[in-house]
Amino acid sequence: MRTVAERGRRRLTCVSVPPAVEITGLVKRYGPVTAVDGLTMTAARGAVTAILGPNGAGKTTTIEVCEGYRAADAGTVRVLGMMPGSRELRPRVGVMLQSGGIPPAVPAGSYLTQLSRFHAHPLPVRQLLDMCGLGDAARTPFKRLSGGQQQRLSLAAAVIGRPELVFLDEPTAGLDPQARHATWALIGDLRGAGVSVILSTHYMEEAERLADHVVIIDHGTAVAEGTPAALTGSAGQLRFRAEAGLDIDGLIAALPPGSLAKESPAGHYVVEMAGGEVDPRLLASVTAWCAERGVLPSSLRIESRTLEDVFLELTGRDLRS
Amino acid sequence: MVLAQADAEGRALLRNGEQLLLTLIIPLLLLSMLSLEPIVNFGAGISRIDFMTPGIMALAVMSTAFTSQAIATGFERRYGVLKRLGATPLSRAQLITAKTLTIVVVELAQCLLIIAVALIIGWRPDASLSAIIVVPLLLLFGTAAFSGIALAMAGTLRAEATLAAANLVWIVLLGLGGVVFPLTKFPDGARHAFELLPTGALSTGLRDVLAHQVAFPVGNTVTLLVWAVAAVAVAARVFRWE
Repeated sequence: MRTVAERGRRRLTCVSVPPAVEITGLVKRYGPVTAVDGLTMTAARGAVTAILGPNGAGKTTTIEVCEGYRAADAGTVRVLGMMPGSRELRPRVGVMLQSGGIPPAVPAGSYLTQLSRFHAHPLPVRQLLDMCGLGDAARTPFKRLSGGQQQRLSLAAAVIGRPELVFLDEPTAGLDPQARHATWALIGDLRGAGVSVILSTHYMEEAERLADHVVIIDHGTAVAEGTPAALTGSAGQLRFRAEAGLDIDGLIAALPPGSLAKESPAGHYVVEMAGGEVDPRLLASVTAWCAERGVLPSSLRIESRTLEDVFLELTGRDLRS
Repeated sequence: MVLAQADAEGRALLRNGEQLLLTLIIPLLLLSMLSLEPIVNFGAGISRIDFMTPGIMALAVMSTAFTSQAIATGFERRYGVLKRLGATPLSRAQLITAKTLTIVVVELAQCLLIIAVALIIGWRPDASLSAIIVVPLLLLFGTAAFSGIALAMAGTLRAEATLAAANLVWIVLLGLGGVVFPLTKFPDGARHAFELLPTGALSTGLRDVLAHQVAFPVGNTVTLLVWAVAAVAVAARVFRWE
């Protein structure tokens, strides 16, 4: 027999809000290829979660399982606490595909009007067009929009139903920097409005800029996750410039044990503490070593590593390879 | 939601010049030109316009439910439009309903125009009262059969292959489907074979009802029904949304 306390706890579990996305042990195979291999991750409500990884890491497959397009071979996926793609879920979730989805001949405004009629309380089309910088393009067919405008229309289509959660699959792939910044500003607005955002990207700058939480995936599994700051550290490396060809082995010998140093490119030096942060002792030993040789390090700074560095360290591969 | 989608489908059709050419202009041109000019000789004591009108109605149904739908759906699939719609609150059943609704509305418009032009040219249907039921029934079965074949093609082939095949089939059946060229001119074996094709069954059935006072063309109706059931079943099995 269940006690009163147990029943009370059960009720509590029921009212607690499930996370935006909860993935446990997800496996997805295409024939002999395992695209996602036991991925476990959680995306919080009201936050931007970036799935970062190189091409072919399993980002799109993961997102498409969450969107309900593909069935998992193993593991569980819950979106807002529900089965992906279920009928009750679809009005609450917005989707931006990696490419396509919009008929080429349809004007931007007509397309949004069509989608708005599938929702009970859509955003006004006019307002959404203006918000996305498409105010002048309402009557322009999709195929005649610029790449940035096409991506923004696709983003507008994802949010027209005032979703609680949006999936953005590489929202800025192939865009020039200006168009990319415009899209980033829109994603920032979404977060400001309390919308949960899951985005996949292979641009580390995008993840660093936008995400509250980054999940780095490689070969279909999560290799690291955390806030961008936690992943990169606030003082991950020491950089300075000096004449090219300093004695790197001599420098390493003079540093505290576990230190790493390299010259890349010529005249640019990076010093790191393996698995740790730069500390005052490391800084002092670098400057002392330089002083002994009469070398003045210029542009000396202590800064966080990039997600690129983190990825390289975790996988031994370049993010863009 | 269904109406919103049907509205969008209709606008897409109106936006697309080639589709209008196929579904409206070519049938009306064929109707008027071939009825007024003795290019084809039918003999058999039937006026040209009386022969032509049922055939052109069959052609209109084939153009809309088969060729136009196959091409449009093939490209929607290729552009990811169907995939994207799958993530909206519009269900697949509602999407199919919207497409069907659009086709029915377009066919009604086609039939009204064809009948109006035919009457102006001098069409005098010679039909029994049952035509009021039997003609819509034949059109309905024909539409279902053509739609099923269109979706089975568009849902499996590449968009370009669908485009080519849909146009080719349209041209071939325009010639061999009893649309503008009487099947009675073919040897008996060929004629019976062509009457088993959806276009032949539809045009022959419509012509029997509208020009020869047949109350109910059982053979043609059953042929269309078999095509309809088989084609829709195949389409439901093989259709891939992306």
